[in-house]
Amino acid sequence: MGTAAVDVPMKGGFSFDHCRRNEMLSNKGLKPPSFLKTGTTIVGLIFQDGVILGADTRATEGPIVADKNCEKIHYMAPNIYCCGAGTAADTEAVTDMVSSQLQLHRYHTSRESRVVTALSLLKSHLFSYQGHVSAALVLGGVDVTGPHLHTVSDLYIYPHGSTDTLPFATMGSGSLAAMAVFESKYHEGLARDEGIKLVTEAICSGIFNDLGSGSNVDVCVITKGQTEYLRNLQTPNPRTYVNERGYSFSKKTEVLSTKITPLKELVEVIEGGDAMEE
Amino acid sequence: MKQQANWSPYDNNGGTCVAIAGADYCVVASDTRMSTGYSILTRDYSKICQLAEKSVMASSGFQADVRALQKVLAARHAIYQHQHNKQMSCPAMAQLLSNTLYYKRFFPYYAFNVLGGLDSEGKGCVFTYDAVGSYERVGYSSQGSGSTLIMPFLDNQLKSPSPLLLPAQDAVTPLSESEAIDLVKTCFASATERDIYTAAKYPYFTLFSEHVRHVLQGDKLEIVVLNVSGIRREYMELRKD
Repeated sequence: MGTAAVDVPMKGGFSFDHCRRNEMLSNKGLKPPSFLKTGTTIVGLIFQDGVILGADTRATEGPIVADKNCEKIHYMAPNIYCCGAGTAADTEAVTDMVSSQLQLHRYHTSRESRVVTALSLLKSHLFSYQGHVSAALVLGGVDVTGPHLHTVSDLYIYPHGSTDTLPFATMGSGSLAAMAVFESKYHEGLARDEGIKLVTEAICSGIFNDLGSGSNVDVCVITKGQTEYLRNLQTPNPRTYVNERGYSFSKKTEVLSTKITPLKELVEVIEGGDAMEE
Repeated sequence: MKQQANWSPYDNNGGTCVAIAGADYCVVASDTRMSTGYSILTRDYSKICQLAEKSVMASSGFQADVRALQKVLAARHAIYQHQHNKQMSCPAMAQLLSNTLYYKRFFPYYAFNVLGGLDSEGKGCVFTYDAVGSYERVGYSSQGSGSTLIMPFLDNQLKSPSPLLLPAQDAVTPLSESEAIDLVKTCFASATERDIYTAAKYPYFTLFSEHVRHVLQGDKLEIVVLNVSGIRREYMELRKD
């Protein structure tokens, strides 16, 4: 009985099979592989008709830009979106998991998802992994109780998975640059155009002043019954120089010899043993 | 518990340097961003220093060490001028730089340099260094945070002859001056796309010898002014994110 239970394949969650081996390897001096971090600027604010989320589009791996135009505003529900900063795989996985739980919850209840539901699911997941799932999120949406904006973070505040409810929020490595803009210009009851402009300005502040953030501005406007995803609303960093003469890379790898071995055309099947049926 | 120093005397301020030597010119380039961690300190800091009439040094790494190094070299060059009543040649400056770096072998200058200029024949020359003074005369080189992105591209475009070949081949590149400048511009435009520590506008110098240029163009030798006018500075804008 006891041995049989061990052999059953796991149904979900994480596998901890290699923990002991990896601990041994790192004690021997092996460096674990680095992860893709979205050293990021993500922001959100509440305006008079709903919520606006914003993000830059640079993903980095150390000092190298891994993706110049990635998407950091993730879908949670038709009326809820979520910006993610931290390890790219974690933000992606955690938002995907919660969005599928929300979908099932909607099938079960036949009601629109609420932002607090998403918030509880996110924070309980992050807390249960005690900071090993590194995601800092800005969650925004409009539900039956009105517009809501939250931050979920495990990067800065202990215990991991702490949340906050705010009229305006920033996260990621560019959070200080973006917050500087919000603190000086945010006020209650912003109009839609003013809100988009302020979010864009905050993201641009991160793009230009934080090395972890860059490239373009993505914005998502959520109002009652409507969601607008404005992908690449601004592209302030075009390529600076293209040589008109172009470049040639003519010298190819030299082929020193060629030998072609044809596939066997005929395969003889030898009948042997018992026939399977009849 | 044992106490230990929890700060480092070193910082890395990023930046990328490139130098290309031609038959009668030398292009030295670097970006002008100075940064630390994820912060930009300034977008307008020149990493290029003219050490003598015909030698120019571009340095990335720790800019405080770079400034100290530049001061030492300037002082040594002033002494040289007083003693010999002439400018140091570029190969002489190259040896001096190596000695200066090796002098601090066990507390190095955190500086990654390329030295470009013209030798005594007016031919372009580039010297590339590590932080403790190992150096080599080459036809082109790149140093700093974007060098891993730029160097393979330069290798592909400007294959240099093996230093083991006999008789020794010239290290200079076959490009014309304007082609070399275009190549350098492309290098930086591409490096800034993928390296977060390389950006902001960059200056580059072009050195050329009036003497050689006039000979090549069939001009008269006597009207040549050898001593001055051999240096020009241009700027191009780069990404700012």
